[in-house]
Amino acid sequence: MELQNLSIEKIKQGLKNKTFSAKEIVQEYLKKIKEKNTKINAYLTVCEELAFSLAEKTDLKISKNQELGELEGVPLAVKDNILVNGLPCTAASKILENYIAPYDATVIARLKKAGAIILGKTNLDEFAMGSSTENSAFGSTRNPHDLERVAGGSSGGSAAAVAANLALVALGSDTGGSIRLPASFCGIVGLKPTYGAVSRYGLIAMASSLDQIGPMAKTVEDCEILFRVISFKDDKDSTSVDVSVFKEKLKKVSPQKLVIGLPREYFLGGLDAQVERIIEKVILKLKNAGFEIKEISLPHTQLALAVYYLVMPSEISANLARYDGIRYGNSTVFESPDADLLTVYLTTRQRYFGAEVKRRIMLGTFALSAGYYEAYYLKAQKARTKIKEDFEKAFQEVDLILTPVSNHPAFKLGEKTKDPLSMYLEDIFMVAVNLAGLPAISVPAGFVGNLPLGVQLIARAFQEDLLFEAARLIQENDF
Amino acid sequence: MVSLKEVLRISKLARIQLSDAELEKYQKELSSILDFVEKLKEVDLENIQPTSHPLSIENIWRKDKVKERDSELRKKLIEKAPLKEQDFIKVKSVF
Repeated sequence: MELQNLSIEKIKQGLKNKTFSAKEIVQEYLKKIKEKNTKINAYLTVCEELAFSLAEKTDLKISKNQELGELEGVPLAVKDNILVNGLPCTAASKILENYIAPYDATVIARLKKAGAIILGKTNLDEFAMGSSTENSAFGSTRNPHDLERVAGGSSGGSAAAVAANLALVALGSDTGGSIRLPASFCGIVGLKPTYGAVSRYGLIAMASSLDQIGPMAKTVEDCEILFRVISFKDDKDSTSVDVSVFKEKLKKVSPQKLVIGLPREYFLGGLDAQVERIIEKVILKLKNAGFEIKEISLPHTQLALAVYYLVMPSEISANLARYDGIRYGNSTVFESPDADLLTVYLTTRQRYFGAEVKRRIMLGTFALSAGYYEAYYLKAQKARTKIKEDFEKAFQEVDLILTPVSNHPAFKLGEKTKDPLSMYLEDIFMVAVNLAGLPAISVPAGFVGNLPLGVQLIARAFQEDLLFEAARLIQENDF
Repeated sequence: MVSLKEVLRISKLARIQLSDAELEKYQKELSSILDFVEKLKEVDLENIQPTSHPLSIENIWRKDKVKERDSELRKKLIEKAPLKEQDFIKVKSVF
């Protein structure tokens, strides 16, 4: 079995024709994981037992000639902030080091039903806070293309697992670029779905008005198949919507000839010459395929990162209040029998949260506190409206927007960890999409030296179809 | 620059104890991030409606009725608490 060239379709054919069994697929991937994971650190947990029991179900279906699911036998890696019943779910934080998930996230239940085989849980920046997976409490993930470089973040473990053939597809989560940046750095496809397109029940919350679970895969085709399986309305997540209702509305507006916008603000200040060369090549491909290219303006682009770094920490400070040493997770409660409740809070959070998590909770608490709320949080929410309106206006003229994912390929480990602001700037091309709730895809478009680099396409809400259509024309990778 | 006193006040609100070294570190880092977000003050945002949520979705209501739940799950959830007694999560005294 050649893992390098596998796809969802090939697995389906191979299982049907009995070229291989699901058990053999699992054995191959586990072998590869054993061989490579110590170096790459993509997985925090490998779940052999669960993987074999899921494979057994698939093989039983095949032996009985039963109908197969859309993802039957497909080996999947899951970011370790998504709950899989019975497996550890650490969010790469010391505070959840010993936490075992008591139920399946809705997406996991759906994936199991579709026949997917879960291989393990992947590394991330602690609570998904970071752009390089260096903020993990359990060591950095390394980029399979160059072990001295980061995999990107925060879904770095998922991206590296797919790129290194330690899983065929993976789930990530994206709050401000956490699927798209690692996808770009590792040379794979990553989709941040429309806000509401995928249920977040069972996702460890970071910033609730921004978080989305999304698919990561080697090819646009596999990414699309995975997305179709996980996108549906879930009663357990009140922000999830019935996508078909929106789709009906959108059909009426879709024109014959598709127009792609290049937002001038994303190209100001000059891109790196090699990145520019890749973008130009993408533009040429799209033109040749019959797309019209048009320059557009998103005038409030320069505000997006400032808005993001107020809204996101504010929501974090509220969401992470639950880690109090009382409900679940690690706690200092046993240490001093006489300590009062406040001391338990203060010391638990001091000891078990990492530096970046503390920084963001502090920033968010500041932005929401009396005397600063109006100057910071409320102002950011108003500017968020402006950013959203920019996109609404742009999408009256164009169907898709093309931008870089970043102005460089994967950087070296340790290069940006000293200055938090320089790490925050990594997200500059991606955060506006989350603020506006739009879908965006990062698709491999070329190489800078031996390092892959993706470009980003953004669409109207619930027009993932268009993203896949255009991304298929762009994708260029070495798999 | 945010004052040290202010950082200390925020850390108390955030329920995170910080060492003196950490207080100083966060004083610098918070200040540099707050300088960065100052650019918001340059735009006129008078009379703009704030956006708290990207989609205009409506509240979903349901009857406030007791539903039968999986008792195994309930047990598993309570077991997650560091301190418990019988079927209850135990909390330290507030004072």
